[in-house]
Amino acid sequence: MSHSTEHIDNPRTAVKPPNPRFRNWNIVLRKLKKNKSAMIGGFLILFFILVALIGPYITPYAPQTQIMVNKLQPPSFEHWFGTDNFGRDIFSRIIHGTGLTLLVGFFSVLLGATVGVLFGIIAGYYGGRIDSIIMRLMDILLAFPGILLALAIVTVLGGSLVNVIIAVAISSIPVFARIVRGSTLSVKKLEYIDAMKALGASDARIIFKHIFPNITSPIIVQATLNIATAILSASGLSFLGLGAQPPTPEWGAMLSDGRNFLYNAPHVALFPGLAIVAVVLAFNMLGDGLRDAFDPKTKE
Amino acid sequence: MFKYIIRRIIQTIPVLIGVSILVFSMMHLVPGDPAQIMAGESAPKEQVENIRERLGLNDPLPVQYLSYIGDALQGDLGNSMRSGRDVTSEIGARFWVTVELAVYSTIVAVFIGLIAGVISATRKYSFADTSLMLIALFGLSMPNFWLGLMLIQWFAIGIDLPSWVPFISDTSWFKPSGWGSFQQVVLPVITLGTGSAAIIARMTRSSMLDVIGQDYIRTARAKGVKERIVVYQHALKNALIPVVTVVGLQFGGLLGGAVLTESVFAVNGMGKLIIDSIKARDFPVVQGTILVVALLFVIVNLIVDITYRYLNKRIDLD
Repeated sequence: MSHSTEHIDNPRTAVKPPNPRFRNWNIVLRKLKKNKSAMIGGFLILFFILVALIGPYITPYAPQTQIMVNKLQPPSFEHWFGTDNFGRDIFSRIIHGTGLTLLVGFFSVLLGATVGVLFGIIAGYYGGRIDSIIMRLMDILLAFPGILLALAIVTVLGGSLVNVIIAVAISSIPVFARIVRGSTLSVKKLEYIDAMKALGASDARIIFKHIFPNITSPIIVQATLNIATAILSASGLSFLGLGAQPPTPEWGAMLSDGRNFLYNAPHVALFPGLAIVAVVLAFNMLGDGLRDAFDPKTKE
Repeated sequence: MFKYIIRRIIQTIPVLIGVSILVFSMMHLVPGDPAQIMAGESAPKEQVENIRERLGLNDPLPVQYLSYIGDALQGDLGNSMRSGRDVTSEIGARFWVTVELAVYSTIVAVFIGLIAGVISATRKYSFADTSLMLIALFGLSMPNFWLGLMLIQWFAIGIDLPSWVPFISDTSWFKPSGWGSFQQVVLPVITLGTGSAAIIARMTRSSMLDVIGQDYIRTARAKGVKERIVVYQHALKNALIPVVTVVGLQFGGLLGGAVLTESVFAVNGMGKLIIDSIKARDFPVVQGTILVVALLFVIVNLIVDITYRYLNKRIDLD
């Protein structure tokens, strides 16, 4: 808005000046590139996405193929991660489960973040009674510790992977609502928001065009870290038998099978767990890096 | 301070009412007829009708809610569908098992987390700092139910050691299931405490670094105060204030996390009770137990907030 006058004053900068919003993104990207752990996390995530997309076409065995004579084989050249109690190849099953894990993490956060962000912006922007109603509701959801809320929701909806996504999404709503409300409050105080109001911009326009673009960084950081926790909760629910049902090659469910063979075939429980650790670690590393990169206090 | 405590207690009342409404609605939000579900699909009509009558499902919802809450306030959470015993006595001893598990895990997590966090902060960017924070990142990323299974395999089933290792022949030191003896308690406590230890370590580190960078620490050092006293008396005391909040939240989180740990180690606590009852469609027990755990969590949060306020009189409320 103020750039137009600069154009006339200084012909050398008549080229379109860089949008400050994009300039900030460049700083963030530069900081991120220097953060080794974040880059490793990012590349790991890309790797897992590739595995999820291509893997199922090139796995040595079909995930559901049972060869009973091969059951509970330890890792070998033929079966890299060994076989399970139905003689299924664990390596192939883990690869087939990758997409499932990523989708559950991604969609539960997308759903939870969308609702949470809406609640948070509305509470922060309008304040007053709407604010207290929304935030008290969030307090109520937060009163269920850890996995308990998701557990209660799955109890109501019944055990399935889709219901796990819904349950994990609902339990992540309050986190987003709280963060977004705080950010909205600080952006709302800025003068240009008053200017927009004076110009007669509608609330919806101010919220979506002027407030939301300015509070994306905490949302991105929280979403990345939340994918990690969502994957942990979802696999936990499947481990308890309340999520993915057999024979779905979901990692938590595979772990739950493995617990019965700890004595004679510990590899059945080992590898699905390692897979979960790797994916969750990757999202945590990237999330930590993003948080540092978006933090104006950390140096480039 | 006293006024603050009273206000904080009053603030929890609407939350508790909300929680109780949510827990109460669980049974009614289940698709289908709750009485039919609890009786089983092929149950005869009279039995379903019997359950409906017993649970008061024929009354209008607000009446049902009020009587549920009225009973709950008197310690009556209804009767188990499975055993017929009242839910309060079903929870009974299991309550303390879960609380014990969460308390021990919190103690272990605080102990390990604080030490690791302080070492990391005082030796910023050293080998010790990097490796401790890497371990913490792993601890944070590990599903605790998997860690539990691995611990069972390594330290309960045990690994046979080669004969040249003196004194010990294998590592089956602990028991894989149950609760009570030292050998039964160790593995579940480590399983549940690891994630929290990681979070507390990271929190302590960043909080310490914040404090160490402040002017009064530089002043203390300039005055020639010994580094040990600067770190442990001046810095740690102030760095601990935000950590208190995390510890409190962690304790609550552990109450929820106990569900998975208890299931792995067959610990007969509230978590296992919830899971067993969900599978048996025993709604009164599920509701009652979730209500008790949530209530406990709200009380813990209340205590944490008050402690935080007490420790940090500088923070401005309002």
